[in-house]
Amino acid sequence: MNLEDLKKIREKAQKDVELRQKQARIRVVVGMGTSGIASGAREVLKTFVEEIGRRNLTDVVVTQTGEKGLASREPMVEIFEEGKPVVIYGSMDSEKSKRVVVEHIVNGNPVTEYAIEVM
Amino acid sequence: MYREQLLKKFNPALDNILYILHELQDNNPEHYLAKEDIRVCADYLEVPYSYVHSVASFYTMFSLKPRGRYIIRLCDSPPCHLMGSQSLLDYLKKALKVNVGETTQDKMFTLELTSCLGVCGVAPAMMINEEMFGNLTPAAVDSILDKRRKEL
Amino acid sequence: MNLVRNHVLISIDAGTIMAGARAVEKTLVNEIASQGLTDEISVLETGSVGATGQGVILVVYPEGVYYGNVTPQDIPELVEEHLLKGRPLKRLILSEVPRQHVIKKEKTGLLKEQPRIVLKNSGIINPENIDEYIAANGYEAIAKALTTMTPDEVIEETKKSGLVGRGGAAFTTGIKWDFARKAAGDIKYIVCNADEGEPGTFKDRLILEGDPHKLIEGMLIAGYAVGASKGFVYIRGEYALSIERLEKAIGQARQYGLLGDNILEGPFSFDITVMKGAGAYVCGEETALIESLEGKRGHPRNKPPYPVTEGLWAKPTVVNNVETLANVPDIILHGALWFRGYGTEKCTGTKVFTIIGNVATPGLIEVEMGTTLRDIIYEYAGGIKDGKQFKCALVGGAAGAFLGPDMLDVKMDFVNLKEYAAVLGSGAILVMDEDVDMLDMLKSVLHFFRHESCGHCVPCRLGTAQLVKIIDRVSASKGKKDDIDKLIKIAQVMQATSFCPLGQSLNLPISSSLKYFGDEIRSRVR
Repeated sequence: MNLEDLKKIREKAQKDVELRQKQARIRVVVGMGTSGIASGAREVLKTFVEEIGRRNLTDVVVTQTGEKGLASREPMVEIFEEGKPVVIYGSMDSEKSKRVVVEHIVNGNPVTEYAIEVM
Repeated sequence: MYREQLLKKFNPALDNILYILHELQDNNPEHYLAKEDIRVCADYLEVPYSYVHSVASFYTMFSLKPRGRYIIRLCDSPPCHLMGSQSLLDYLKKALKVNVGETTQDKMFTLELTSCLGVCGVAPAMMINEEMFGNLTPAAVDSILDKRRKEL
Repeated sequence: MNLVRNHVLISIDAGTIMAGARAVEKTLVNEIASQGLTDEISVLETGSVGATGQGVILVVYPEGVYYGNVTPQDIPELVEEHLLKGRPLKRLILSEVPRQHVIKKEKTGLLKEQPRIVLKNSGIINPENIDEYIAANGYEAIAKALTTMTPDEVIEETKKSGLVGRGGAAFTTGIKWDFARKAAGDIKYIVCNADEGEPGTFKDRLILEGDPHKLIEGMLIAGYAVGASKGFVYIRGEYALSIERLEKAIGQARQYGLLGDNILEGPFSFDITVMKGAGAYVCGEETALIESLEGKRGHPRNKPPYPVTEGLWAKPTVVNNVETLANVPDIILHGALWFRGYGTEKCTGTKVFTIIGNVATPGLIEVEMGTTLRDIIYEYAGGIKDGKQFKCALVGGAAGAFLGPDMLDVKMDFVNLKEYAAVLGSGAILVMDEDVDMLDMLKSVLHFFRHESCGHCVPCRLGTAQLVKIIDRVSASKGKKDDIDKLIKIAQVMQATSFCPLGQSLNLPISSSLKYFGDEIRSRVR
């Protein structure tokens, strides 16, 4: 790989990221650092994937990221939706995740009581 | 013979000794470094048995006596201590009927203490084998232990 | 695949439970089952939906119909009419529907805007995908260095930035690189110290887990500057996820030709090997770490010679902390002047602090050097938990100092804290509230050191054992009159005579805890 290639990869990667954001109506990002995992993030990620799959919501993608720093509110989940503020949910578990899928992702009503930040 | 097989993926260089010991310990059914493990490692690296033993005994992640299927490593560093790890230790001792460093009679659990695990934001914390658990309470510990007992 | 067509949320809170929500829920689940609708209709418990005094409340989606005052007797009709025939049951519909579009913000400050450099991507990008790092301008700094800068220029820029080591010793990074570059020999090494074991510290873990490519890029730049073609990352054995993510990242970087021979098709070659530690706090000391890398017991070495001239396998070696290296790409990309825009005149850039213990929201922040302890605790970590009073904070890890309320407004950076006989160390801040027993905390600190003393030198090996013996005695109310003075004496001797910083630094927590809480601790021996 040379400098030109790196530039090409960057442009393509940036386009891909953008495209993915446009293709997917909603992006669910689960924090999968060790603090998150130690608080049950694997179960949360699994629940989102299952619940979204079960409803055949093809326009929703689930991805992972590292830790943000707010360890005491792990597991954390962010919901990105075009044209709407980003909602960050904290202290999530499997049951809460099911409710977020139903109320927020399917019906567009963020679940107030689990949200810790809106950006 | 399985031991010699395991070692094949490592160059016989001294700087691989920690990797080799990890590998031997992970694959030992009793999760420790038996005399045979140390001997095989010494032969492979062409160093004296005593040398490998001195390295193995220096690092706390290596055990020179047999351990259970699940190794519980409860953090007792100051941050977890402040958040109540002492009472969890008492609870674990009672629940498992063992002291620190001992293995339950059914060979399921070994109770150990560890220095800071780096998940202090969710203290108190412990590790079971390679899995990390935070925000521990006696009830949470119970359900974690139960789940493992049922896995058998 | 069966697709769920309706969701029924049942509000479960103190009010609805009193009104019989559990019985309604049970009847509902049974009725749905008996109609054979279990796969199509899901029943979920939810907290309060915002309506009170309306008995048991159900919400049926997708229509979003709110029912109130529902009883078990209503369920067969409701299931028949609404869920089977799709006709909402008018007689139970709530006239005033609670809506909850306004989201209240929690009073936590840890998510507050921070000047993030090393943790810019952690918690944002997918750490297992190199493309996401590249999309965030990743590997642009190494490209810039390789194509537009000489190694000397890279070192000069790093020196000018004022970057100092983030592991605790705070040595100027650029000078260290310069020493190693000028040291005799063709083979040189870059070693990243990721043996993060200082109690209360997990900043390096967030970088390793959340943005491993940033570390790789930092090491590439260091390797180019120093003239090294081989790097090692020594990660503690307990950090399983860090090891997994970094190894994955190294594999991806190799595939892209960003590690290996002729990087970016130029003359520079560099590769990285991950080494897994096995549980030894002392290996955080750079020469002990080098011994461990060589496959020996992790005993510290005599200094000098320093690693920059005689390190790994006696070759010139730069040992840098993870956080230090993670600062490098942005310094090269945006310049030293940009970096000096953060922090104080004497101590530039940002610092990652782990703020834990009795605070409302424990966690981690990256803020400018020189931020006060008060701001970190009250602005970012939500203050003391349960509205209690601040008693003290152990700053800098177990080998740090206890700081009392008079230190709340002191600027937190390496240079300034030194003036107060304290250290910034690894950036760990363990907060204690008014109810904490200081003797018990000191005991925990001393037990930690006894466990981690490597046994290499006598003062530390015997000193830590004696300290533990004494404090255990005092803690069991069997202390002798001069026990506290003995603690001080032993710690002073250890500071003067121990071989490495482990034994030398114990005096700090002992003397500082006695400075603030001498009366409290001494009262236990009278």
